[in-house]
Amino acid sequence: MANPKIVVVGGGLAGLSATIKIAEGGGNVDLFSVVPVKRSHSVCAQGGINAAKNLKGEGDSTWQHFDDTIYGGDFLANQPPVKDMCEAAPAIIDLLDRMGVPFNRTPEGLLDFRRFGGTLYHRTAFAGATTGQQLLYALDEQVRRYESEGRVNKFETWEFLSAVLDAQGVCRGICALDLRSMEVRTFPADAVIIATGGIGAIFGKSTNSVVCTGSAQSALYQQGAYYANGEFIQVHPTSIPGDDKLRLMSESARGEGGRVWVPKTAGDKRDPKSIPESERWYFLEEWYPKYGNLVPRDVATRAIHKVVYEHGLGIDGQPMVYLDLTHIDRATLDRKLEGILEIYEKFVGDDPRDTPMKIFPGMHYTMGGLWVDFKQSTSIPGIFACGECEYSYHGANRLGANSLVSCIYGGFVSGPQAVSYAKNQTKSDTSVNGAFDSERKRQQEINARLMSSEGSENPFRIWRELGEIMTKDVTVIRYNAALAKTDEKIVELLERYQHINLSDKEMWANTSFVFTRQLYNMLQLARVIAQGAALRNESRGAHYKPEFPERDDANFLKTTKAYFAPDADEPRFEFEPVDTSLIKPRPRKY
Amino acid sequence: MAQNGKTVIIKVKRQASPDSNPYWEEFSLPWKPGMNVISAMMDIAANPVTREGKPSRPITYDSNCLEEVCGSCAMRINGRARMACSALIDNLNQPVTLEPLSKFPVIRDLAVDRSVLFENLKRAKAWVPIDGTYDLGPGPRQTPRQQEQAYPLSRCISCCCCMEVCPQFNDKTNFVGAATIAQVRLFNTHPTGAALKEDRLHALMGDGGIQECGYAQNCVEACPKDIPLTDAISEVSGQVMKQAIKDIFTR
Repeated sequence: MANPKIVVVGGGLAGLSATIKIAEGGGNVDLFSVVPVKRSHSVCAQGGINAAKNLKGEGDSTWQHFDDTIYGGDFLANQPPVKDMCEAAPAIIDLLDRMGVPFNRTPEGLLDFRRFGGTLYHRTAFAGATTGQQLLYALDEQVRRYESEGRVNKFETWEFLSAVLDAQGVCRGICALDLRSMEVRTFPADAVIIATGGIGAIFGKSTNSVVCTGSAQSALYQQGAYYANGEFIQVHPTSIPGDDKLRLMSESARGEGGRVWVPKTAGDKRDPKSIPESERWYFLEEWYPKYGNLVPRDVATRAIHKVVYEHGLGIDGQPMVYLDLTHIDRATLDRKLEGILEIYEKFVGDDPRDTPMKIFPGMHYTMGGLWVDFKQSTSIPGIFACGECEYSYHGANRLGANSLVSCIYGGFVSGPQAVSYAKNQTKSDTSVNGAFDSERKRQQEINARLMSSEGSENPFRIWRELGEIMTKDVTVIRYNAALAKTDEKIVELLERYQHINLSDKEMWANTSFVFTRQLYNMLQLARVIAQGAALRNESRGAHYKPEFPERDDANFLKTTKAYFAPDADEPRFEFEPVDTSLIKPRPRKY
Repeated sequence: MAQNGKTVIIKVKRQASPDSNPYWEEFSLPWKPGMNVISAMMDIAANPVTREGKPSRPITYDSNCLEEVCGSCAMRINGRARMACSALIDNLNQPVTLEPLSKFPVIRDLAVDRSVLFENLKRAKAWVPIDGTYDLGPGPRQTPRQQEQAYPLSRCISCCCCMEVCPQFNDKTNFVGAATIAQVRLFNTHPTGAALKEDRLHALMGDGGIQECGYAQNCVEACPKDIPLTDAISEVSGQVMKQAIKDIFTR
């Protein structure tokens, strides 16, 4: 096969990175995205991208980056791919720089680096406080270039429904839905790359974008792909609670010197600026003198929870603490953090240069995702995965500013891997045609059933209930009894799903119909997360159980692998040893 | 759910498909603290009943990040082109009227087709022509001042508000609009991007080109990201003019 045809699903950093590598290598790409790719969720990443460039005379190294990442992830990540990623990171930064990303500069004209959580080095390159946006745009522009050369064909506003698998279980293409005409169509491909991002919507409100439903990952899991470490959910310590979503307040706010505190007296109603230093409790600095406000996210999140719920010191009795930047001069704040300060100003109405921000932890990221091998291949032959939708780089907790590098690196590996897989494939015979027809019919039948369903349940209300219980019982603190109840609740919601009534039955740009399809997949994946959490009787990284407060390497230094049992209509679990061949696991104490 | 019994009235211009007739519907919702136009529409989706008690349907609209950085949810709110996510209900006069952008084809309800901007970016070659993605070392050194000039232009979210409010952006002129011109400025300024400067300037000449700008300055007022659009237009106009003169002597 001279010029393989690769389908890439998802147009965020990971999908675009894969696309560029394939096009550059002479392949052709059909790029699918639910939104115009320039509007993907990667734009929300704020603080920066990690690479041990060692431009600050600190003696930083890619090994140190590797060690911080493994340690930060509480030793759950397989080590060889993480090492490769950290070694590739400096060249990725150089490439982005050449693509025109307006990274902040030092007076000499070199790239500037800031500090982020979980490291003592200045390792994070940044473009203001909208680094993800700037990176995505740079890749989007390069893809547009390939598009104008005819190497990339975009299918924007198309939703992935399923993979087309032949009789041997090999992927031969995808089935997708046109979000305008509602047409179901199949697309043959020599290999498929899934880069569909996060799953925030399963938790109702999160820092994720609306499209981050995890629907594609869940569909593949239900088709036989392994889903790994689903129970590892990152709750970001500093988000801005909102009626429609939780908006992220970047870790870079702390990287640039932001301090987290609460008044020492419960219910102190004074204006925060008038509370003297001696009456403020900088609890992170007190509890973690070495890292201070820059402890990893899981540690900071649990600390805030403790201060609010155990010490009862939330601001004004509410679940909120202060994140204070007011001691930093305005010019510095504007130069380095303007994008995020603007978000706070617009959505809350206060100027964080003048008054401390009120923040609280919010669901932010899934460390778990589709299981992949060390070359980004899922357990279904012909399907690769990269970016947040796969599980491999962050272990039990992701360090800030490692997501962007893992997206781009994963894309850069999966693109060429997909091409070389495709080149080694024998041409599929005509019997495959039947697989396309039957997959399309299966999806059309699901659609028809949903459209004609005559129950009384509203899908958006089922979703709100799912989000509420997942946030309450499957985020920061987990109890086995509550996890069991959560799973029962999800089963109840799945049952109610069978009695949905769509108020909109038009076959044109029907967003609630599309959402309802996604909702089913969210419910199925939610069980993987809740049951995975129940099975893991230890505390590791973001997964914390008061009943089992210690890490238990003897029993749980293992990757959780969930697979779908179609007859039982629920997940089953296996555990796989973790490759710790490079760094010996040690206790994680910040 | 309702706090203080306050309600919010939302008036939406709806349209079932590109070629059907628009109509208006009103919804009455319980007020909640921190509500914005998006969360109001989410509440309508969870209970799609009009103010008169008539069963209706969830509203179709584009949205994604809800942080004013993806550019999806541009619409006309109380007559003004802006992003729905950052439109806080408490800051809006009631009834809050929602209409689709008027200069782009309606797909359904408040969702419109803005692909024209992405096509324009293709024509303007809005990218840096790198040799390849293999490791070629760092990019060109740039001063902090250069970065500070490029960064604001690079924050364009392609929402198309600047085109919506531009009197010259219409079927008669085919004017390319401010967003594309600002990107031309961005890439012409980049040390490597400048290699394609002539191509970009040629793309802005002729039918629908930069000369159609009437300097109404509505664009810079409407831009949610405060991009210096009029500065970009003046600068690029100058570049196009010089290029046109150069073309005369080199042809």
